[in-house]
Amino acid sequence: MSTEILMPALSPTMTEGNLSKWLIKKGDTVKAGDLIAEIETDKATMEVEAVDEGVVLDLLFKEGEVNIPVNKAIAIIGDPNEKVEVKKETPIEKVIEEKKIEKNIETKIENKKADIIDTPSPKIEEDRNLSSEEITMRQALRDTMAEEMRKDNKVFILGEEVAEYQGAYKVTQGLLQEFGKERVLDTPISEHGFTGLAVGAAFKGLRPILEFMTFNFSMQAIDQIINSAAKTLYMSGGQINCPIVFRGPNGAAAQVAAQHSQDFSSWYSQVPGLKVIAPSTPYNAKGLLRSAISDPNPVIFLENEILYGLKGPVNNDINFSIPIGKANIEKEGKDLTIVTYSIMLQKSKEAALRLKEEYNLDTEIIDLQTLRPLDTETILNSVKKTNRIITVEESWPFGSVGSEIANIVQRDAFDYLDSPVIKVNSADVPMPYALSLEKLYLPQVDDIINAAKKVSYIK
Amino acid sequence: MKKLQKADYIKMYSFMLKIRRFEERAAQLYGMGKIGGFCHLYIGQEAVVVGILMTIDKNDSVVTTYRDHGHMIARGLDPKRIMAELTGREDGYSAGKGGSMHMFSKENNFYGGHGIVGAQVPIGTGIAFTHKYNGEKNICRTYIGDGAMNNGQVFEAFNLAALWKLPVLYIIENNKYGMGTSVDRAAAGLDLYKRGEAFGIPGEKVDGMNVFSVIEAADKAGKYVREGNGPYIIEVQTYRYRGHSMSDPAKYRTKEELDNYKQTDPIEIVKAEILKKKIATNDEIEKINKDTLEEIKNAAEFATNSPFPKDSELYTDVYL
Repeated sequence: MSTEILMPALSPTMTEGNLSKWLIKKGDTVKAGDLIAEIETDKATMEVEAVDEGVVLDLLFKEGEVNIPVNKAIAIIGDPNEKVEVKKETPIEKVIEEKKIEKNIETKIENKKADIIDTPSPKIEEDRNLSSEEITMRQALRDTMAEEMRKDNKVFILGEEVAEYQGAYKVTQGLLQEFGKERVLDTPISEHGFTGLAVGAAFKGLRPILEFMTFNFSMQAIDQIINSAAKTLYMSGGQINCPIVFRGPNGAAAQVAAQHSQDFSSWYSQVPGLKVIAPSTPYNAKGLLRSAISDPNPVIFLENEILYGLKGPVNNDINFSIPIGKANIEKEGKDLTIVTYSIMLQKSKEAALRLKEEYNLDTEIIDLQTLRPLDTETILNSVKKTNRIITVEESWPFGSVGSEIANIVQRDAFDYLDSPVIKVNSADVPMPYALSLEKLYLPQVDDIINAAKKVSYIK
Repeated sequence: MKKLQKADYIKMYSFMLKIRRFEERAAQLYGMGKIGGFCHLYIGQEAVVVGILMTIDKNDSVVTTYRDHGHMIARGLDPKRIMAELTGREDGYSAGKGGSMHMFSKENNFYGGHGIVGAQVPIGTGIAFTHKYNGEKNICRTYIGDGAMNNGQVFEAFNLAALWKLPVLYIIENNKYGMGTSVDRAAAGLDLYKRGEAFGIPGEKVDGMNVFSVIEAADKAGKYVREGNGPYIIEVQTYRYRGHSMSDPAKYRTKEELDNYKQTDPIEIVKAEILKKKIATNDEIEKINKDTLEEIKNAAEFATNSPFPKDSELYTDVYL
């Protein structure tokens, strides 16, 4: 009897892996626990052990092959006397596809429908410096940090696992090698302390980039972010500014449950003295991070773990930046406005396609890019044109960014509205672990469509 | 130890007296409703900051707690502008937007004035990080109240400072009470200077009522830190004559305890030394007293006549 060895899922968000190295060859006898391969995941390179025993009958991928889906057979072990037929396309692929859809993990990269959704907006395509090559969001972030560190030696990065480990999500990959341990610093798991330290360094004139492994851990340090970083310019009568970027993944990843899946966009957006940015594509991640690093104020830069693998073209000019406080009209439309940011941009675009196909609604999508200061002008101009607006975001509903937008729209564009503003948010509960409940918790395309129908009075 | 010149004795006496007179005047203005909010006086603790002052380089940085008026005076800052901040006027060091607890002077490397217990400790550690990062020989003096010594971020900062050998001198001003709770009711283990031991940070306890003891310890500790050996902790045993803040009647301690400390008044110790060493005559001392009183009176006058910040200032300094 033979057994297939499958590409394992080695992290919560891993959907595919690269086969870095085989540690076995055809004909070897393996025992359970033997190391068989090195797999590069979205986060790290890891060794994989055999679970079953037998002789290696076949290796189905060569070393160096990339983007092998999770659960795809990579090797076959068994009894050498038994004849084995290796299918070119194992049915497991279908299972994977279904599982991905079911898990609602954003797999735009290899998903056909997603190809349409990821088409850059017209404005981006007009960018004459747009790269022909597509890079991931994590690479865009990494490149921008490296470019800014080359320009200004006052810029340094600190955080947990940013140096030798190469970043918990590989966003700081290679920075230690290029800039050395004086400028790329691994910290202890000590957010309160190292955040205060970085704030002090910024008061004294350095320009720290502080990575929170995830923003969930920023709660340990929130006193230093708000009471020290955000308020000191004001309290010192304009003497002491704090040029620091707090960055890292924010919001839900995949099944990491309540303490590791929280959206902090409205928390930080409430605070005068902070600027808050939430990029949605490699293109705007690059332009916005450069603005954040150059800004003389503390900036909260909310990334999204699921988006780290999202690929897209970028502008490779080392001075290209996108101004803080300016929203992007991702798609123009005339029937209703969707205001969104970060990962919900992708879902909103998918919803817009279906709204067009199924209800002939022409949706305008505004990607906020910056949450504070909020680009109210772009929002109001859009509402004055479409007369209907919904907000789509991952945060909890109470006092969310959408709540503030609803307030501004009813105050400043009341006479233009043909229906009440509707907000789409996550459920008002802690994030559950179970896959089925997690999906229910997060805003889905159907939720956006329902909200759009409601403001359009479509039954 | 640093060899003290005659002028040093006069300088110490003048600064300590200036702090005392300033705080007394601040208490008066508070009583008159000219100063609002929280106001924490430094009376009794003058020898600590003045002792440290005697060993400081002007390019060294300082960061302290909310009991900061005396620290600013010792830094050579103008009492008029300090008092104007207390009265919330536009000539104050923070243009009236910070108040007693949040005062800064970047040009004098004075980084506050922090209202959150313990928060200044990682910040001071970060300022020291910058001195090292920039290859400067300067150090950051980070003051800590005894109350903060039970606060988690302090230990996180100690760990980082020792791990990265940062040029930071931690000065614990142990005035025996964190608000109304005595140290022995708050800290398990009363030797606060030993709390860096686990991180390999040397510590020392000194008599903070006697400025000469403070100078000796600060001199030694400052050299150690400046030479790149990493952080150092001095625990200065001191006492505040007044309550925690203006609204604190200090019922948690006895009158005898207070009177006892007043027997070792830090200003009187310096004065006695000056007279003993014949550095100045009684008349000369009297002149300093009179001049100091006058200077502080003028500061109060200035601070109560300075205009309130303009309404338009409400929205400035939020972003640079």
